[in-house]
Amino acid sequence: MSLPKLQAQSKSRDFPAVEISQMNRSLAADIRERSGTQFQRCFQCQTCANGCPFVQAMDYPPNVIMRMLQYGMQQEVLRCSTIWVCVGCHTCSSQCPMGIDIAAVMDSLRFKAVEEGVAIAKPNIIDFHEEVLRSLERYGRAHKLGIMWRYKVQTGRWFKDMDVGLKMLVKRKLELRPSRVKNIGEIAELFKCYWRESK
Amino acid sequence: MSRRPYLNFSYFPGCSLATTAAEANESIKEAAKVLGFNLLELEDWNCCGSSSAQTMCKNLSLGMAARNLSLAPPGRPLVAMCPRCLHYLRSAQECLRSSPEVHRAMEDHWGRPIPLDLEIIHFMEVLVRHGLDRLKVHLQRSLQGIRFLPYYGCTLFRPPRFQKEKYFQGEMENIMKMLGAEPVPDALAFRCCGSFLSASDPEIVTPLVNEIIDSAVAAKANCVITACAMCQLNLEIRCTSKAKIPIFHFSEVLALALGAKDYEEWWPRHIVDPRPLLEDLKLVA
Repeated sequence: MSLPKLQAQSKSRDFPAVEISQMNRSLAADIRERSGTQFQRCFQCQTCANGCPFVQAMDYPPNVIMRMLQYGMQQEVLRCSTIWVCVGCHTCSSQCPMGIDIAAVMDSLRFKAVEEGVAIAKPNIIDFHEEVLRSLERYGRAHKLGIMWRYKVQTGRWFKDMDVGLKMLVKRKLELRPSRVKNIGEIAELFKCYWRESK
Repeated sequence: MSRRPYLNFSYFPGCSLATTAAEANESIKEAAKVLGFNLLELEDWNCCGSSSAQTMCKNLSLGMAARNLSLAPPGRPLVAMCPRCLHYLRSAQECLRSSPEVHRAMEDHWGRPIPLDLEIIHFMEVLVRHGLDRLKVHLQRSLQGIRFLPYYGCTLFRPPRFQKEKYFQGEMENIMKMLGAEPVPDALAFRCCGSFLSASDPEIVTPLVNEIIDSAVAAKANCVITACAMCQLNLEIRCTSKAKIPIFHFSEVLALALGAKDYEEWWPRHIVDPRPLLEDLKLVA
């Protein structure tokens, strides 16, 4: 009986060499504390990488992030695109045989990357999140048309996605007028926060 | 038939249903009315914080969700329609439960109590708990002929820290089967729709959405039924496959089966027009 052949990875990846002298020994403890999950249990079964819908768009698959964290490779994990491409769908977390909440690790790494001010691998994703926050600050609720307009203009991607935008407008999928919170003073209170003050 | 009492729920529509997915909001209200559920919109609710606050600022994310919790009157469950809103509201409650100081600080800040025993549930849970016998009584149009991919959205039951919470897998199929529709097996029911990447990086999302729709078509589904308004939007706008099938909000199909009359307003808001399918199946005139 022959075993079924495993599908070859469509693109081979280069992984960085581990420089012992560059290891950050406090990184693992910090991320464990922030994420509340025990990623040191990871034994590289790659279930997360096989299940992740976005793995092709990442520079490192999630299991490699776990290993790099164990090794204390701070620059690599904070500068990679993986943490930004992850949308937190939790497919990896729900399938991990060791019960590691991998999505929570990604979440903690994003915060740390912003805090440490490292070069962000996918700055356009931060731009998008910031447009959303500006909309929330203004109205208390998300106004999609305003968000998309400002995001597309700012990143110069407007024409790239014009057909979809127009289709959505015609179908009234993008409301012209925002829905608003009445007590906007309470929303302003909320925005006395880290994000606003770190600007 | 004895009249059943009206049941009261606080209702959190969320930003999508309040604006871009108004058809989901209207249909859920129609369905709830028929079934005897009183959905009382949470007074002056704000955005749950969404992925953006979660990504950029933990305190903002917690604060936005917690303000909503402080607005919920005690004694009736808070019902959300969007899985992502449900997730962030529950996460905030979980955080307040585990940290009494933060809870007290939030209560002081808003000057309102935040009950930690407030039940936060998805509309599907309301149906499963109180509505199954009501569904049979109020069924007006059998959904026979609808072959659907049940599409839950990634956050409805996934995150591990909620593993002990309500689990929704299979519930959409159970409800829709009672109404005469047939779920297809073996399609990508739990594959993520791409979330905000659909806005920031559409080129990553399009192939994934195509894979989902193609899997539904290959399984001989004639439509997709989603539990999440953002998934509904992403599956519609990012699909470039030749095979296009309508993407319904769960509430639209439910309301249709329960005899809704105002559906004319809903279909023109879809990018893939569902009317040919519904007319074929004689579900609409």
